Amino acid sequence: MRKVVTGNMAAAIGAKLCKPDVISAYPITPQTTIVEYIADFVADGSLKTQYVKVESEHSAMAACISASNLGVRTFTATSSHGLLLMHEMLGWASGARLPVVMVNVNRAIGPPWSVWVDHLDAIMQRDTGWIHIFAENNQEVLDSMIMMYKICEDHDVLLPGMIHEDAFYLSHTSEPVDIPDQSKVDEFLPKYKALVKMDLDNPLGFGSLVMPDNYMEFRYKIALAMDNVREKIIEVDADFKRLFGRSYGGMLDLYRCEDAEYVLLGAGTTASTVREVVDELREQGKKVGLARLRVFRPFPYEEIRKLARSVKAIGVFERAFAFGYMGPFMAEIGGALYNTDIRIPIKDYIIGLGGRDVRTKHIHAIFNDLEKIANSGKLDKELKWFGLNDGNRPEEEM
Amino acid sequence: MKTYQEITITPINNVDSRAVKTGAWRTWRPVLIPEKCIHCYKCWKVCPDVAISVESPEEKSLPVWDYDYCKGCGLCAFECPKDAIEMQREVDQ
Repeated sequence: MRKVVTGNMAAAIGAKLCKPDVISAYPITPQTTIVEYIADFVADGSLKTQYVKVESEHSAMAACISASNLGVRTFTATSSHGLLLMHEMLGWASGARLPVVMVNVNRAIGPPWSVWVDHLDAIMQRDTGWIHIFAENNQEVLDSMIMMYKICEDHDVLLPGMIHEDAFYLSHTSEPVDIPDQSKVDEFLPKYKALVKMDLDNPLGFGSLVMPDNYMEFRYKIALAMDNVREKIIEVDADFKRLFGRSYGGMLDLYRCEDAEYVLLGAGTTASTVREVVDELREQGKKVGLARLRVFRPFPYEEIRKLARSVKAIGVFERAFAFGYMGPFMAEIGGALYNTDIRIPIKDYIIGLGGRDVRTKHIHAIFNDLEKIANSGKLDKELKWFGLNDGNRPEEEM
Repeated sequence: MKTYQEITITPINNVDSRAVKTGAWRTWRPVLIPEKCIHCYKCWKVCPDVAISVESPEEKSLPVWDYDYCKGCGLCAFECPKDAIEMQREVDQ
């Protein structure tokens, strides 16, 4: 059934379809309506779950962890400062190998206080042992939730995962979304079977102390599980396509990259704007493409290497800045390419922080800049704060 | 030392925390000088790890340290009103 819904409604419907046994969440703009819609579903009886009200995001995650330890499916949603407050518990969920699934609405970190989109909240959770998927549209928010449970609950994985949706551009913007039939979702996503779980009749100690002679081995098992996610994502994406008719390209979503000479690489809703511009430039005969970083953890370094072998230049667009270095994606892509024979220029474009609009004309300006780099093979500078008002901002960046 | 293939997915114990002998961390070992002890049992009261036991206060038995769990924090020696507890370096034992 097709409905016109916001990203947050898509997330709430996604939660309903995946039938988590326990949901615990704390409201925060712009995630609040997810919590409200779920409360409506619980109130009208259409979602049978234990909805645990808590006093903070830290407690919401703690509730999900405890419930997940009992072997049931759990869900939560948050945003920005709420995600940062959860941070400690995020490490617990992955270390305890619990497939908790969450939707995070990407919002800027204050101050300056801001409720608009920025990816730094997600980037700050990079090393928590969670799987990170960035959605491009409301349909992908919903579909990724169904897929995420399947990936996380696989016994070769058993890790938590978060789906990121851009504040307001997705969370509060209505789009047509195909709502899958419950029976099909049930077929795709069977009930969660825990490998180990708490049992009151057979008490066990979970997450207990490990001396230095075994800590590394437990961490290595998380690293292996995260590596397993790569093929699992591709496998689940293919299964999803068979049943629901939609696919998201697995780890790195490539658009018109086959014969592209220079491409833009980045995550979130900006990818949709880049898609538009790629089509326009293709009509003018320019060989351009988009590589959408759909999965941030595990990082698609092999896919990026493969892409980099076939293009002359890569421009990275990112709605976050890692203070003290450069854009977080840029740093990772540079790392992925270093131990190879690939030597192409890569330029980092910091764009749209704190919800600043990124329009097609901006993407055109970035592609123009990247074209010069691709043709000359020369990089003028590694990093550009695109559209920064420094007193003489060019017209195309306004 | 177990290999990563041998260990469980996450640390799970079918025994309680007493199975982990945390006394292995100790650098400084509290040692009682029995003749100085006045049986006030302040050491027993302050021990944060409940590693000191007293069999019978009525019979003025001496406090006994469980070195499997005593981490050598030295609280007992610090609080002892008669300096009857000496902290000795483990390597010197």
